[in-house]
Amino acid sequence: MSMGYVILGLLCAGPLHGYELKRAHDQRMPQAKPAAFGQVYASLGRLERDGLVESAGHDQAGGPERTPFGITDRGRAALDGWLDEVEAPSPHVTSALLTKVTVALLTAGEQRARDYLTAQRRAHTDRLREYTRLKTEPGVRFADLIAADYAIAHLNADLVWLQTTLARVADLRREVGQ
Amino acid sequence: MTEIVYGRGIVKSYGKTQALRGVTIGVAEGEIIAVTGPSGCGKSTLMLCLAGILRPDAGEVGYRDQRIDGWSEAARTRLRRGDFGVLFQFGQLVAEMPAAENIALPLLLKGVRRREARTAAMSWLERLGIAHLADVRPGEMSGGEQQRAALARALVTEPRVLFADEPTGALDTLAGEQVLGHLVRVAREQRTTVVLITHDARVAGYADREVVLRDGMLDPSGLGLAGAGVAG
Repeated sequence: MSMGYVILGLLCAGPLHGYELKRAHDQRMPQAKPAAFGQVYASLGRLERDGLVESAGHDQAGGPERTPFGITDRGRAALDGWLDEVEAPSPHVTSALLTKVTVALLTAGEQRARDYLTAQRRAHTDRLREYTRLKTEPGVRFADLIAADYAIAHLNADLVWLQTTLARVADLRREVGQ
Repeated sequence: MTEIVYGRGIVKSYGKTQALRGVTIGVAEGEIIAVTGPSGCGKSTLMLCLAGILRPDAGEVGYRDQRIDGWSEAARTRLRRGDFGVLFQFGQLVAEMPAAENIALPLLLKGVRRREARTAAMSWLERLGIAHLADVRPGEMSGGEQQRAALARALVTEPRVLFADEPTGALDTLAGEQVLGHLVRVAREQRTTVVLITHDARVAGYADREVVLRDGMLDPSGLGLAGAGVAG
């Protein structure tokens, strides 16, 4: 579940309370469904329980729901671990890729996103090569052939997107950093 | 790994534009390598240097144990007629000649007798599934058929290395796949080394290995991005 990691990523810029987190989430992740307040608070509760975020004082103007949370060292380590994991290349990972790249940009900038995309691109090209080998085997079954075509077309779309994203990374970083 | 073709620190400029800025690359015998990267990254120039068509401004180009970049034009042409085959995107077939004559042409240039050259051409037409087009001129063939005939012509001398620059760039997906399928199958059967230039990940997927060029240099990240604004 990536909501926890998205929250950790958003907190890298500084402590935020639940309402600010929901707003930041909806703004930064326009492709995702708007976060429900309940979902944000439930995730915050789990993150606090696991020692990944901690209360960063009280906002005097409000009640407990106005408590700002900050990321802990453990939280940063957990986020780093998640960003190191390459997504299993499959035809439907684009949204997971998009989330991960956006969070990488939020936390550590272009180089982090670039490192992640480099590893991801390698995994994708390796998988694309496997499918190409499969479909060029002598006597390949028609069903396998069109399934490989399908996978290759989608992996290629992801690869084109990965390249384009890197070309846009500097611009994205400027926007996210505002 | 025995390198059959290599380049070391290749530099090549066109006027003030530097196309290659010190590229080092080695290709193993029997390997199919894809050289990829965005437009203008220098991949076609690299192929032309490795194939002995262009002379680099600096650096070395070698074939087997010989350094060839200092060879005369005539010596490099001999090498291309014998050990190297070259396939471009389009425009290689002689429009006035039917397929069989087009394919026999490289053999005739090498001094092979007409009858033998014709027999070899027919055999290649058959291997590439276009035997029925032997007496058809390029203008009457589809793009895919023309490119298969061009592939046959590049392979008829049984080169040790085939250089292919965007060989399917002008074809639709299915026709392109047929050409690539034939190219890879024959290369594996003959243990021909292939240097495949492409910007398309789907084409690169046919290779054993991929190297990426960016701004005239190898890009170890494999991302092949233009440098502007991107860290690293």
